[in-house]
Formats: sequence, C-alpha cells, structure tokens
Amino acid sequence: MKFEIVKNRKWYFIISVLIAIAGIVIMSTMGLNLGTDFEAGSRVQFTVGHTFTPEDIESEFNKQFTEFKVAQVQGIANNGVVVRIDKKFTPDQEAAVKSYLDKQYPNSAPQISSVDPVVARELAQKAIYAILYASVGIILYMAIRFEYRFAISGVISVLQVVLVVVSLFALFRLEIDINFIAAILTIVGYSIHDTIVIFDRIRDNLKHTKIKTTADLEAMVNESIWATMARSLNTVLTVVISAGCLYLLGGTPIKHFALALLLGLVTGAYSSIFIASQIWVSWKSRELKKPKATA
Amino acid sequence: MKVSRFLAFLMIVALFFALAIPTYTKIWNGITLGLDLKGGFDVLYQVKDTPEEKVTSEGMIAVKNAIEKRVDSAGITEPVIQIEEGNRIRVQIAGLFSQEEAKKLLVQSAKLEFKAPDGTVLATGKDIKSNAKYVLDQQTNAAEVSIEFKDAKLFQSITEKYVGQNVSIWLDEQQLQNPRIQTVIYDGKAVINGQESAEAATNMANYLNAGALPYPLDELSSFSVSPTLGDEALHDTLYAGVVAFGLIFVFMVVYYRLPGLVAMIALLMYAYLLFAVFRYMHITLTLPGLAALVLGIGMAVDVNIIAAERIKDEFRHGKSLLSAMIMGQKRSMPTIIDANITSIIAGFLMYWFGTGAIKSFAVAHIISVLATFLTAVLISRLMLQLLVRSNIVRNTWWYGAPRAIATKGVVRKGGAKK
Repeated sequence: MKFEIVKNRKWYFIISVLIAIAGIVIMSTMGLNLGTDFEAGSRVQFTVGHTFTPEDIESEFNKQFTEFKVAQVQGIANNGVVVRIDKKFTPDQEAAVKSYLDKQYPNSAPQISSVDPVVARELAQKAIYAILYASVGIILYMAIRFEYRFAISGVISVLQVVLVVVSLFALFRLEIDINFIAAILTIVGYSIHDTIVIFDRIRDNLKHTKIKTTADLEAMVNESIWATMARSLNTVLTVVISAGCLYLLGGTPIKHFALALLLGLVTGAYSSIFIASQIWVSWKSRELKKPKATA
Repeated sequence: MKVSRFLAFLMIVALFFALAIPTYTKIWNGITLGLDLKGGFDVLYQVKDTPEEKVTSEGMIAVKNAIEKRVDSAGITEPVIQIEEGNRIRVQIAGLFSQEEAKKLLVQSAKLEFKAPDGTVLATGKDIKSNAKYVLDQQTNAAEVSIEFKDAKLFQSITEKYVGQNVSIWLDEQQLQNPRIQTVIYDGKAVINGQESAEAATNMANYLNAGALPYPLDELSSFSVSPTLGDEALHDTLYAGVVAFGLIFVFMVVYYRLPGLVAMIALLMYAYLLFAVFRYMHITLTLPGLAALVLGIGMAVDVNIIAAERIKDEFRHGKSLLSAMIMGQKRSMPTIIDANITSIIAGFLMYWFGTGAIKSFAVAHIISVLATFLTAVLISRLMLQLLVRSNIVRNTWWYGAPRAIATKGVVRKGGAKK
C-alpha cells in the first residue's frame, strides 16, 4: 500500500499557507536586497585577496573618496566583496575607483555597474512583465491542451515556488539582480514542465477510469502521482546536479543565480507533487458533488 | 541477432565522434563570447536635445556613426553599437583594452572649431555634417578629406571673406590643420587637401566627424567586467558543466543501464549541436546563456527519463522487450511535447519582454529545448530502437526492467539459470 498523498492534501495546504504568510511577513518587514539593476546606484565587486572585515573596506573607501558615501559592504565567496553606493557614479568617479582598486588590490578583477533611476525602474517593470506574461502564456497553453483547472492549479503551485525563493532571498539578504529574474523565469518554466508530466498522467488515467465520487478521484490522482514518482524524483535529481554544480563550481558571478535555481527546483518538485494536483482534486471534486446536491 | 541493426547503431555513434572530435575546438573557439565572459563594458547613453536642436532619427544615426568612428579610431575592434528606444544608444565593447580611455573617448564632446587667422571662431563642429571622409584627388592622386557644411550660406560667407587666407581647424584646442581657402564655395561642399597619406586623411575625417557629434550624451547605466573575472567565470562554468555531465552520466548508467548510456551519448550530441548553433548563427554566448545550457543538461536528460520510465511501466504490464520499448516511446511523446512546448512558450515570452541578460538566457533556453528535441527525442529513440531490434542484448534487465522479470525471460529461453 502506497502512502496516500492526495487524501492528506489538507496538511500540505496548511503548510503552504503558513509558508506564504511567513514569506509575506519577511518581505514586508525586511524588504528585498535589490541590486543596482533594480535600485539605482553603483555596485563595485572585487576580490580583496586576503581576509578582511567589511568595516575596514568601508572606512577605507570613505577615506579615499569624499564625493560619495558607501551604503553597504557585503563579503562574498573567495575573499570577494561587494560595495554599494546609493548614487550612480559619474564616469570620472568610476575611473577613480577603478584606478584605486588597481593600485590597492593587485588581482582585484573588478566588476563595476551603475544604473540611473530611470533605467532601474524600467528594468524592474520589464522583469515583472516578463514573469506575468510568461505565466499567462503557460496558462493559455495548458488551458488549451488540458483544461483551465489544470492551468490555474499549475500556476498557483508555481507562484508558491516563486514566493518561497523570493522570501528566502529576502530572509538571507541575498542580492536580487537581473540574473535572479532569469532564474525565477527558469523556475517557472521548469516547475510547470514538471507538473505537466503528472497532469498528463492524470489526464491519461481520466480517460480509462470511471470517476463517481471524490474518493475515486483521489485514488486515481494518487495512483497517477505514484506512477510518475520515479520520474519526478530522478528528473529533479538531474537538474539539481546541474544547478548544484553551477552553485558549487560555477564562479562568483552566478552563485546567487545558481542558488535561486537550486532552491526553486527543489521547492518546485515538492510543489508539483504535493500541491499542484491536490488543488486540482479539490476543485474538481466540487464539480462531482454539485449534480448530487441539485438532484 | 541482427548484426546490421547493431552496426547501424555503432555507425551513428562512430559518425558523431568522427565529426565532433576533430571539430569541437574549432567550433568552441569560433563562438562569440559576451563581455561578461571576456571582460569589457556595456554603457547605455541618453542622447539629449540641445537648446537649438531636438534629437531626430537621422541625428541618432549620426551619433551612432560618430561613436563607431571614435571607437574605430581608437583601434578597438568589433564594438556593438545599438540604437534603443527613447533616443538611447548602447555601446558594448568586449576584450582587453583600457576601459577608462575608451569611455572618455566615447563621451567627450570634442570641440571642433574653424578659426580665422586672427583667432576668431568662424564655425564649430555643429556646423558641419558628420559625413567627412577620405577621398582621392582625381588628377594628382593626393589624399584629401571631403567635408560638407549644414548651412551652405554660412560657408559661402566664410570663403568669401577669407579667400586666399588660411582658416585653421582646431580639435580640443589643438590645431589639426591650417588649410588655405582657394575659392569661394557656394554649395557648402569642400575638400581639404594637403594630407600626408590616406591614413592621415581618414584620421582627419574621423576627427571632423567626432567633432561634429551633434548632441550631448548622458550616461544612464554602465557595467564593466575585468577580463580576469570574465575568464574565470567562463572556466568555472564550463568546469561545472563537465562535472554535472559526469555525475549525471554515472547516475543514468547505473539507474537506467542501456537506455541511460544511449541518453548520455545523445546528451553529448546535444552539447555539440548547441555550440555549433551558437558558432554558425553568430549568437553571442553570455554567462546567463551558458548557465541555461548547463541547466539544459538536466532538462535534456528528462526527456530520456520520461521515456525510460514509460518503458519500465510497459515491462510491468508484461510486455516483451520490443513492444515495451515501442509503446513506452509512443506513450511518452505527448508528455514530452507538452512539457517542452511550455518551456518554449516561457522562453519566447522571456525574450519578448526581457532585456539584456534575460534575452540571452531566453535564446539559449529556446535553442536548448529545440536541440533536446532533435537529440534526446529523435536520435536517442532511433539509437535505442536499433539497439533493441539488433537483439544483441536480450536480457531485459539491461533495459531497466526489475530483476525478477529479467530472470523469468532468461529461464524461458535457455533454462540454464537457477
């Protein structure tokens, strides 16, 4: 006898709602650590080459440059550091910072970015649109290929994944930049991809099974989930291997990108097994009850 | 056992390696790398109106040309200069060069002046069109620079007043040349002779064009990566891809056995095909793009996993090796198509609404899904079919069936096993 995934759906819903509330609380109290892509200003990333404290770097910068003030200093992997300035550098300031780094830290390999408020706002808007339209496109396709209930259930479960990843980034003060948006879009695409395999099996079994009661529906969906379980787990394992290797070995510039992927893919696997089809079952079972009530 | 089918399988594998091994370095080296992998900078400028003139679309093209010429004259190769919506210009330059110098060169609104012998300024860079170029005098074969004034009347009055005298040309307070006005010019078009060589004339023309840059540029955003960091990111990400491949290889072969091995050969084809597409379609490979490809490894394997699991299902229903494979492959198809089409839809929307990094991620993602279709769906299926039909490995255990069924099969055939 296999574990009844579907019958216990109430518990996953409770867990998910609690996670969502926690996420919203975290985001509204702590806020997001937006990178220069979305919040205007300048960002200097470089390798210090030896151990350091962020305070040292900050006072050094403030001593060296009087035209601007350091807003935040954050240490990253491999003796790297990110220094944030609230204002956008002028080209002259940027050149001054660069030549200072070259002198002070021989192998600093600096990466400097600075963005004007107008452009930052535009980028943030475009990123949000990209996610919204991607979701709408997926809903439409699934509504055509399956039915609207599958589509909406799938997208709700994916939105949960997005919420979890964004709130974890807020909780750990990790920087949200344009690459993070690319990661979120991948997570959206991939979680849906994952969910579709289960939905597809449900659709398949729906053709061969007579469903009269909610219990029938639950049993059928439970069987579908278990039938695809090996695939769900193995696939998530292969993508986790890929994203995990990117995280562990893939170089500083994509560490956060890979981490977002990793968190999202694992949450996505959970969500596609425990949430997506359960939403569908709850929804579909209402339809089963209706005729009885009226009859 | 049908040797011909097995040979066909070996042929496909051998052909692929024969093609890939000698060419892969050439393909890899031919790929255009983005500045985040090579180092370089990306600057976005706002082209601003001047009190006298609003920015027009012709004006934008003139700015673009002027920037191109400035970059060229600094000896920097292959810049990407694009006009973006809302009067913006994006300049991307990858590779090793002095980033500060290049940036200064781009924005410096060069002050070009035409001065009378007594030093009064007669005209400035704003008065000439940014179409100066090197020309060859038909009679003397001497190098000359042709210029054109926006206002022919202005030039006419200058030439009338100073005919026979020298009108010097200054760029940023440095005298470039001191040519003599020979005749009165009515149509605004003139040539400046006395250039030492074709090269000097071209340089002179570039200076004039740069000085004629019609509008001020305001830096909106800038992003710069040191070449060391780019190089490191490239190597680390490739290394991550190789390690991921190795781990997935072990997993697939241990868990799915022969279909797993076939899937991994198909995955090598996937990687080769991707790089070839990037190389020959001249798509710039960026770090997010590279990450999409590494992630694509996992997704490409998924297609094989879906099919392999369906084949196992069919074994459980007691089907023979051949019919289990055919049914399993057939039944997994709609799932694979639906799952991948949603990925492609997401990719296209990302491309449509995204910017920079998201766009290049989307391109890599779409190409990766399409390559998956070709290798993981078509070729991998064909290879597996040839392998099964060749009947060389009859024990269904090798195809992922549970041990019990496999043993039963062997007992029925030979009866030798316990």
